Amino acid sequence: MARIIVVTSGKGGVGKTTTSAAIAMGLAKRGHKTAVIDFDVGLRNLDLIMGCERRVVYDFVNVINGEATLNQALIRDKNCNQLYILPASQTRDKDALSQEGVGRILDELKKDFKYIVCDSPAGIERGAFLAMYYADDAFIVTNPEVSSVRDSDRMLGILSSKSRRAEHNEEPIKEYLLLTRYSPERVKLGEMLSVDDVQEILSLHLLGVIPESKSVLNASNSGTPVILDEKSDAGQAYADVIARYLGEDRPHRFIDEKKGLFGKLFGSK
Amino acid sequence: MPTDSQHSNYHPPALEFKSTTFSAPVLVLANNDVIIIEHQLQEKIQLAPEFFKNSPVVIDLQELNKQKLDIDINELVNMLHSLDFLPIGIRGATTQQLNKALDLSIPAHTGQNQALLIDNTKPQPAKPIPTAEDSASPERTTLIIQPIRSGQRIYAHGDLIVLAQVSAGAEILAEGNIHVYGSLRGRALAGVQGNIEARIFCSDLQAELISIAGTYKISEDLTEMVRNRPVQICLQNNTLTIKDL
Ligand SMILES: Nc1ncnc2c1ncn2[C@@H]1O[C@H](COP(=O)(O)OP(=O)(O)OP(=O)(O)O)[C@@H](O)[C@H]1O
Ligand SMILES: [Mg+2]
Repeated sequence: MARIIVVTSGKGGVGKTTTSAAIAMGLAKRGHKTAVIDFDVGLRNLDLIMGCERRVVYDFVNVINGEATLNQALIRDKNCNQLYILPASQTRDKDALSQEGVGRILDELKKDFKYIVCDSPAGIERGAFLAMYYADDAFIVTNPEVSSVRDSDRMLGILSSKSRRAEHNEEPIKEYLLLTRYSPERVKLGEMLSVDDVQEILSLHLLGVIPESKSVLNASNSGTPVILDEKSDAGQAYADVIARYLGEDRPHRFIDEKKGLFGKLFGSK
Repeated sequence: MPTDSQHSNYHPPALEFKSTTFSAPVLVLANNDVIIIEHQLQEKIQLAPEFFKNSPVVIDLQELNKQKLDIDINELVNMLHSLDFLPIGIRGATTQQLNKALDLSIPAHTGQNQALLIDNTKPQPAKPIPTAEDSASPERTTLIIQPIRSGQRIYAHGDLIVLAQVSAGAEILAEGNIHVYGSLRGRALAGVQGNIEARIFCSDLQAELISIAGTYKISEDLTEMVRNRPVQICLQNNTLTIKDL
């Protein structure tokens, strides 16, 4: 059975697109046929991170409008032949996506792909709604700071009440926490929330902690998902995430247990 | 010739351990008289008989032990069983109490969190959040088992019982009492139709706002004495009073 994964956060700039690219590549590298869709209509940058921006002919909106077939729009990744990218449109606005149209495309993709990764735009408006509506699993991308955690909590509320699964009274979307841009040093200094602080507020299954890393910038500059940089800490952290998602046991790395800002402000419990 | 042990390598795994977070009510005791506890528990059960039937419960003896009050574990557990509670853990206990509990197959729960860790391979699908229209009779108790997240709003015509956390930015309202068996970080308003007898009970008070029949306190008004503690909140002479549970 195909699974639809939404990568979402509420807050902008926390690492959704970086994560979408990494996990789509990670799943594909494991031999699972995977498609990754850019839902950020008007601000496309998944294709940049995936290094296929110069091969975009048709996009998601063209397919929804019937101006191109799915096969014409899907771009095969240059590093992995199990991975396909469906880019967003740069020239339309977000109203170009219809709920019915998105559902139709996802249904078509499900016939052919094992995993479909939806890179959500920021916010809780229409684009983010459509990206999460049909999801089976949600990767909640959160930075270790209060406003990001709060927005993730808000998004979790939307997942549990507005998704297709919620509306149809089906088993709820499986929610996983991904803590990104984590810096143990700054946690130690009390400038950031610790893993425990975030877990205390969100109580979610922690899929992984991605450290703040220069390798992410290098990867996006060269248009290769950071998970392919196997020597980098962020690349390894994303590889762990994939392993855990697929049911393997991996100890958490790149975490410092020291108390963060939250612990200092409110005392330990 | 393949031996038996080689052969058994081909069996797919029959089990796996997974760890999930699981909420359960914590029974924080402030009195070591089992008769009195039984009496007060019966009153609570009256509020929501269906909900408490066969409910798991974690026994918390921290308060008692702070006051150097011992309690007969056997007697306590027997009483809980007679009321259809299923004790699944104990915390804040002395070594002696722990050993007695272990004899009764009740393990120690050392974590300080409200969330209880038990192995549970299939998490129960969460029920949808009931809305105002869902409650048929005005007296009915509304039970919520999943976290109430920021931006969500729950209205109960009768009492409201929440078995999980209420996030900052969430709002829960009830015409009757409110019970929260998790961290209360959002806004909680009981007796919203003017019932001055309504109360709020919670196991960890961190609320942004608490209100009974329109009389309210905001987060800033909560002293360190009551913050992060199990408390009950009621109206006394038109003032909101917060007492330790
Ligand atoms: N682990 C990391 N270490 C260092 N920088 C990172 C990390 N993850 C993401 N970044 C950087 O943060 C910025 C935002 O990342 P990204 O575009 O993935 O976020 P986003 O959530 O998709 O943003 P938007 O909400 O605008 O879509 C980028 O500059 C990216 O390089
Ligand atoms: Mg993005």
